[in-house]
Amino acid sequence: MASTAIAAKNNKNLWQGGVSPLKASYGKIMMWFFLLSDAFTFSGLLITYGLLRYSHPAFEGKTADFVASHDYWPIPEKIFDAVPFLHGISIPLAFVGLMTFILILSSVTMVLAVEAGHRMDRKNVMKWMLWTIVGGLAFLSCQAWEWSHFIHGTDHGLIIGGETIFGANLAVNEYGPQLFADLFFFITGFHGTHVLSGVILNVIVFYQASVGTFEKRGHYEMIEKVGLYWHFVDLVWVFVFTFFYLI
Amino acid sequence: MALLEEISQVKAQPADRSNILKIWKIAGLLLIVTIIEFIFAFSLPESWKWMKISIFVGLTFVKAFYIISEFMHLKHETKVLIWSIALPMIFVVWFVIALIYEGGAILGAR
Repeated sequence: MASTAIAAKNNKNLWQGGVSPLKASYGKIMMWFFLLSDAFTFSGLLITYGLLRYSHPAFEGKTADFVASHDYWPIPEKIFDAVPFLHGISIPLAFVGLMTFILILSSVTMVLAVEAGHRMDRKNVMKWMLWTIVGGLAFLSCQAWEWSHFIHGTDHGLIIGGETIFGANLAVNEYGPQLFADLFFFITGFHGTHVLSGVILNVIVFYQASVGTFEKRGHYEMIEKVGLYWHFVDLVWVFVFTFFYLI
Repeated sequence: MALLEEISQVKAQPADRSNILKIWKIAGLLLIVTIIEFIFAFSLPESWKWMKISIFVGLTFVKAFYIISEFMHLKHETKVLIWSIALPMIFVVWFVIALIYEGGAILGAR
């Protein structure tokens, strides 16, 4: 890789022993192992979802006849079927699909920024980093809407013991068992926190690229390291999309 | 922008078109797999529940493979680094099997 070759020429950038183990820089290897540990955390959350889902009865009838109840686990596509500006119209998973699309595209622009960094092309690094930041902010805005909708609930609500409840929080849930709402907030919230920190890191490296920090340093490796984190956030969303929304 | 160009003394190397084309190809593949998942979710019969679940999980791993190997560049690192990232995931496999089994047991005991 171009940047590794540039870094290896300068002895100060090598690890203390004078060589780079695994032929990668210290920072990149540490980012990989941090991501591995983070992958365990997300696995823990998603497997907890699996455990709790299978310890609740499933809805037995046809999907079209589904109504929310505390007695069985909800069918996700019947819960996440709202789209902004189309009130009352059921379009299952369309909005989540859009969010997936946005995050994958912002991952692509990140790869393009890394590629430009290998060529020491500051203008293109800045251009693609800016698109990546826009993608991240768009995703966060979509998630804000999704949370707001989930918290405020549907028009009809759910009648429990003669009382109608609307929406969900950590104490009540109109969509199904309480744990379903808790897991929604924990899993998408933990992922959203990662996206937010990713956007902040992206803004920092965008600023550093634009003031020429990386040109002075002689390589754009920082873009690669932040890029690894950003792709990981996209990767986690691919799993959240399948295991929380699709199945 | 004009000011930035003045202070920049580093000359950018020209882009290799084949590299950029490859990035967009993988992006297209990820989007197509997501669209296929959507089509399957709403076109396959409801009675094929487990069939659908296995297709979705399989396609998720296809997407994960391309993101990790190409976007995160892991395929092009040394073998030792690849394995030291991939092998610990065995614990997750064990955890999935153990806790899904446990979930069924809790349901049976309810």
